[in-house]
Amino acid sequence: MANIASTSASAGSDLTARALREAVFAGLISLGLFVLFVGLKSDQNIRNELVLNQRWGLLSIFVIVAAVGRFLMVAYVQPAMARRKAAKAEADSVVKEETFFKRHFSKIAIVALIFYPPVILALVGVQGSLKWVDNFGVQILIYVMLAWGLNIVVGLAGLLDLGYVAFYAVGAYSYALLSTYFGLSFWILLPVAGILAAFWGMILGFPVLRLRGDYLAIVTLAFGEIIRLVLINWTEVTKGTFGVSGIAKATLFGIKFDASKDGFAAMMGLSMSSAYYKIFLFYLILALALLTAYVTIRLRRMPIGRAWEALREDEIACRSLGINTVTTKLTAFATGAMFGGFAGAFFAVRQGFVSPESFVFLESAVILAIVVLGGMGSLTGIAIAAAVMIGGTEILRELSFLKAIFGPDFTPELYRMLIFGLAMVVVMVWKPRGFVGSREPTAFLRERKAISGSFTKEGHG
Amino acid sequence: MEYFVQQLVNGLTLGSIYGMIAIGYTMVYGIIGMINFAHGDIFMLGGFAALIVFLLLTTFIAGVPVVLALLLMMVVAMLTAGLWNWTIEKVAYRPLRGSFRLAPLITAIGMSIALSNFIQVTQGPRNKPIPPLVSSVYDVFGITISLKQIIIIIITAVLLSIFWYIVNKTPLGRAQRATEQDRKMAALLGVDVDRTISVTFIMGAALAAVAGTMYLMYYGVVVFTDGFVPGVKAFTAAVLGGIGSLPGAVLGGLLIGLIESLWSAYFTIDYKDVATFSILAIVLIFKPSGILGRPEVEKV
Repeated sequence: MANIASTSASAGSDLTARALREAVFAGLISLGLFVLFVGLKSDQNIRNELVLNQRWGLLSIFVIVAAVGRFLMVAYVQPAMARRKAAKAEADSVVKEETFFKRHFSKIAIVALIFYPPVILALVGVQGSLKWVDNFGVQILIYVMLAWGLNIVVGLAGLLDLGYVAFYAVGAYSYALLSTYFGLSFWILLPVAGILAAFWGMILGFPVLRLRGDYLAIVTLAFGEIIRLVLINWTEVTKGTFGVSGIAKATLFGIKFDASKDGFAAMMGLSMSSAYYKIFLFYLILALALLTAYVTIRLRRMPIGRAWEALREDEIACRSLGINTVTTKLTAFATGAMFGGFAGAFFAVRQGFVSPESFVFLESAVILAIVVLGGMGSLTGIAIAAAVMIGGTEILRELSFLKAIFGPDFTPELYRMLIFGLAMVVVMVWKPRGFVGSREPTAFLRERKAISGSFTKEGHG
Repeated sequence: MEYFVQQLVNGLTLGSIYGMIAIGYTMVYGIIGMINFAHGDIFMLGGFAALIVFLLLTTFIAGVPVVLALLLMMVVAMLTAGLWNWTIEKVAYRPLRGSFRLAPLITAIGMSIALSNFIQVTQGPRNKPIPPLVSSVYDVFGITISLKQIIIIIITAVLLSIFWYIVNKTPLGRAQRATEQDRKMAALLGVDVDRTISVTFIMGAALAAVAGTMYLMYYGVVVFTDGFVPGVKAFTAAVLGGIGSLPGAVLGGLLIGLIESLWSAYFTIDYKDVATFSILAIVLIFKPSGILGRPEVEKV
């Protein structure tokens, strides 16, 4: 007994020594990483020449945080995690009854979303609701819809698409240009935008069908950039970087959301506020997103959906079983692009302004990240990922109380994308299979079982 | 004719920079099969490291000879970028090795976003112009060649020779080639795979940092978003030359540089990036293995 105690004590001191060593090492590394970029800052002086400002205090904070963090990690967090893992392995794997909440999660979520705007209205009033409905509700739902659309291409058919934002752009510009030049209404142009985007999906999809994996990814990236560059440079039609502004708003069965006598507010006997239009947009995008989800769920049960999933698992087997891979891939591309086009038209009607700035590669990366972080193929997971990633970065705008801590120069918005990027890395390393890592097979024998995501392949093509 | 040759020289200079970045992409892709999206930002980071070293030199030690200054900028940039890439590989890519294929791609995109925004936060969002380092210009048979262009082409040639020697003639290079061909077998035969991969990342970053320094010297300006477009073009170059092939990456880089400068000279400058990307698409569609790449054999 004494023997065991002494070994564990010596193991403890060993651990502390190792942690100290690692801490010093981490401190040195972070010193090397940050000395040039944090310790020194290049600033323009009055004559527009670059001068250096020294910030050694900030640098020392970075180094100390890295060293202390590493020490705590090695000395306490890692042993604790190892113990927990061992305890988990020892305990019998009891099959847990799924809770009511978990089983009916999607239904509860949809009901909650439908009642979200009235509840917000009741809580914070008409003007206060603007921010919550628009910045959080509509913004997150746009990304949910885009990610669900991309999920058809990446999650179901296993085609890696890095240029999805191109179809979003096609949809947005279709609505913006056709409504500005021809004065057509949103409800006519919404399907038109979807059809045009799907058409572009076919045009772009056709030549790249022979490609697989990373090559496909890079060609789609190139197409995304080409569409953006054309939008910038074709100034006669698209007005280039200035963008198209003054895009007509959507109407509800012909009722306009403006201050006129037959506008929505006047008809309902409410005081005029743009909040009602935002709430209308909220329900619109909610309906569009749910349509995407519904179509995805139904398609998965159809032969074409099964063909997509078969294609993702094994393209060669697919071909040898007589599945036409060309049409299968093309329909996946076109269906995904169509929903991108719907979302684009919605984006244009929401902003009232489109410019090529909104359709940069970063957007594609964000949408793809949401799909992967959510656990590819899982609609619930993707919605959660969108809420966490987009909602999280929106919350950063609200953190003005941090100004009290870090001084008035502190602008949390600046750190939004930095934190977003780091969050992508952290979440991926922590949960490589995404938030929802299990799959429900579409075809099953007798009993439906969820399987771990690690058993499903991610496409090569 | 002189105009044409002039554009050739400009294109070669630009192509050298792309080629040096492309090597990092192609080596990492060859060895672990992932697109290292953050590589373009490592290039930008190298440019910023060189910028800060330059400012340090001009602020604290007046009158450093230009050759020494350039050398110092290059070496410090190489060390810093190497350290960054080493850390990134360790933190963001290594835990995901053996995980599914998209996971490291996503962390790489995340790292790319984080790196460029890190520089934006710490160094500010504005353009960083520096006074010209070397401004001599020579006139050869009616063609203007600046000393900057000569330096860039010579440094590229020297570094590539060193690089070629390391990969083909040293034990380290042998370990790299073995890991590239079959990671499991290499590990069984005593190659330290983790170390080899780390070294590959450091080497790629060092070359990207040299490219960043050259970019800063050539254009005299660097900004935090500079990683993306050269990064994508360098990747295009790597694919064009045949991904995984080192001479292919250089050849691809030179071709992209030439296409870009010739297109800007004879057609419209607005669509030069469209031209580059279209060529990428066309090459991939008709010859997906690139110019010097080995065709992929499909095994069941």
